[in-house]
Amino acid sequence: MADLKQQIIAQLNLQHITPEQIGNDQPLFVEGLGLDSIDALELIVLLQQQYNIKLNNAEDGPKVFSSVRSMAEYITANKHA
Amino acid sequence: MNDRVYIAGVGIISAIGNNTAETLRAFENETPGIGPITTLNTIHAGILPVAEVKRSNDELATLTGLPANISRTALLSMMAAKEAWQDAGVNNIKGFRTGFVSANTVGGMDKTEEFFAEFLRTSKKGGRLANVVHHECGSVTELVADQLGIKNLVTTISTACSSSANSIFFGARLIKHGKLDIVIAGGTDALTKFTLNGFNTLQILDNKPCTPFDENRNGLNLGEGAGYVVLVSEKVANVLPKDCYCTLSGYSNANDAHHQTASSPDGNGSFLAMKNALYQSGLQPADIDYINLHGTGTANNDISEGTAIQRLFDPNYPKMSSTKSFTGHTLGASGGMEAVFAALSIRHGLIFPNLRLTTKMKALPFTPEKNFLKEQQVRHVLSNSFGFGGNCSSLIFSTL
Amino acid sequence: MKLYIRGTGNISPQNTLGPSSLPSELAEYNTNRLQSIEPDYSKLIDVKLIRRMSRVIKMGVAASLHCLQEAGIENPDAIITGTAYGCLEDTGLFLQKMVQNKEEMLTPTAFIQSTHNTIGAQIALLLKCNGYNNTFVHRGFSFETALMDAMMLLQEKTANNVLIGGVDEITDFSFEITSRFGLFKKSIDSNLNLFSTPSKGSIAGEGASFFLLCNQSSPKDYAALDAVTTFYKPSDNKEVEENIREFLNEQSLLPMDVDILLCGRSGDDKGDKIYDHVQNTIFKQVPAINYKHLCGEYPTSSAFALWLASALVKNQSLPPVFPNPEKKRIHRILIYNHYQMIHHSLMLVSAC
Repeated sequence: MADLKQQIIAQLNLQHITPEQIGNDQPLFVEGLGLDSIDALELIVLLQQQYNIKLNNAEDGPKVFSSVRSMAEYITANKHA
Repeated sequence: MNDRVYIAGVGIISAIGNNTAETLRAFENETPGIGPITTLNTIHAGILPVAEVKRSNDELATLTGLPANISRTALLSMMAAKEAWQDAGVNNIKGFRTGFVSANTVGGMDKTEEFFAEFLRTSKKGGRLANVVHHECGSVTELVADQLGIKNLVTTISTACSSSANSIFFGARLIKHGKLDIVIAGGTDALTKFTLNGFNTLQILDNKPCTPFDENRNGLNLGEGAGYVVLVSEKVANVLPKDCYCTLSGYSNANDAHHQTASSPDGNGSFLAMKNALYQSGLQPADIDYINLHGTGTANNDISEGTAIQRLFDPNYPKMSSTKSFTGHTLGASGGMEAVFAALSIRHGLIFPNLRLTTKMKALPFTPEKNFLKEQQVRHVLSNSFGFGGNCSSLIFSTL
Repeated sequence: MKLYIRGTGNISPQNTLGPSSLPSELAEYNTNRLQSIEPDYSKLIDVKLIRRMSRVIKMGVAASLHCLQEAGIENPDAIITGTAYGCLEDTGLFLQKMVQNKEEMLTPTAFIQSTHNTIGAQIALLLKCNGYNNTFVHRGFSFETALMDAMMLLQEKTANNVLIGGVDEITDFSFEITSRFGLFKKSIDSNLNLFSTPSKGSIAGEGASFFLLCNQSSPKDYAALDAVTTFYKPSDNKEVEENIREFLNEQSLLPMDVDILLCGRSGDDKGDKIYDHVQNTIFKQVPAINYKHLCGEYPTSSAFALWLASALVKNQSLPPVFPNPEKKRIHRILIYNHYQMIHHSLMLVSAC
């Protein structure tokens, strides 16, 4: 999850935050990190670029991206070789 | 300050027609211009529908007298601006101070894209400079201003999807302040891979023909085209050979200040733009006979715009429709094109239909007009243009 | 109707953000590309918002914030921006990705930040300003037509104050491309000697200059803005002269009523000939100074000129580096500039 946090920081240009400051279960959207709809789209591309995972159903977005842990679990479940 | 500003001429080119007459026929026959991509060499061809103008650059060049290798944005602009100019019947251009206020969102980007691939491939040494000489939004405007012989004032506005609505009311104010007598105002945009891909990253493109204000709407279709009106002062209107279409009786520009691309849920910017335009025109909501909606078909815009309309008009709603169901969303050209539709609506007593509407939006107590209506009494039309960056503009056109 | 410049914010290749006058020590460059001296943006703008701002947007936002603070206004009635190039960095980034990734795996941030109105929109978003918001994108007229829009709003009283600015940036891509058009000299020894040996081309510049313009005066005003005009592609010197005389005439002024002529001389021998002509004819008795050696040449450089003129009028003294004008009170400064001999403009600034 530490790697994932670095990738999130880079993709979303969160220059003011270090990976240590992002809690594994901290909400990413609205509260917590306060990300928005544009960030969600960026994260979809991150999944594709780094992990070759295509989020087929946009409605799954809020669940998958609710926290770093939920993202990590989704990646583990869907990662292609 | 001069009092009234008149619309003396209109010109338009879009996916549904290469001029005003063809456009009106398309509305009456309910034939939209949305279909597969044929002009762009893109991976999205066959997947994303768009609304292309049905003329090649060579054909447009022959019709306009401009070179064929310039930006399609300029070619489209010239077609519509020339039609508007001829329609207005103002032949003695030297007698009056004339301006050209145009709008577009990406200038000559269709050519820049071609340049860029070569530029990158050759470590920035290659690429034909001729392809980027008219990259800038303002350069595209000048190609047309020069061809039309206009030089008293030439300028360009770019505020995303509200661009040409802003150019029309900037032009009107230049006349009211006595700086100019005649202004051709409106906008243009051609389809480009840049915008197609850009909008695609936002996941707001429908992969089927769009369904504005439908409960199950799924996004917008990009389109291209140009629309211009010829604005004149009262003094000029009195010496023209034929009647003007209508007046521009109200206008307003407000900013939503909510998010870079999304509109606020209660449609604050839209509400302010419409409300202030009404106030400016001295009209009440009940005076409006037709609203030309911004109505892109995205989940966000339609509910935001719809909520703003509810806040302002409830419980009496005029007829309304999104003509983007015919022409697609033409970005910088949309305000100009829709101003032309407003003028035609008043002149001919027409209400244009909102196509492919099957399920009314549950959250709203009203729904757009599905049918083409004629012989209507259309005295006042409200036209909305709301863009990225929270830029919201509303124009009101009124009968003479 | 007289309009008043109540506050300014200027980020440029000189140290101009902060002081309301040109510093006595000017920044010297020996390259043909002048880059802005930028503040530490993290001290001025909320870090959470900065991440969505490219350099040109940060320049515009920081200059605006300084301007508003100086004027003592939190939320202006309107925001108008003039920018010829818009947000080049993000445009270039998106294009590059689009080409390199063959249209796959593209992300929205660069695209939404590339549109010309993003600068004005981000300022509105930051301030939560719902007022009139417009962006002019017409090459060498971008700033002037933005100014005209602002002036009309103030005269209509649609707004009582307007935040209005001119912004343009240079990026590596844009410098590469505009250099190939032969706009710039291949090399210079010093920007401060730009006019000593005229030759082809100028030097590239950039900047963000913002003003808070009001329709009522106050004790803290820099100067009054009396009038602005543009003229497009004049066919000869005579047409230029006619436009200048007509402009002054409308203000009931003669050329000799102007105390200083602030010229947009750029160091390009061909383009500068008209300034020679005007200085030797209409303005023979009027001392002239230049500004593009300080900020470089770019489509909205006249915004820098307006800042300079306002500062000179406010402070009523010329720094020693300027050529010796006659010592008298500066009452009126006329700015005459053209961009590539196509876009000519006049701005008249006077003491309040």
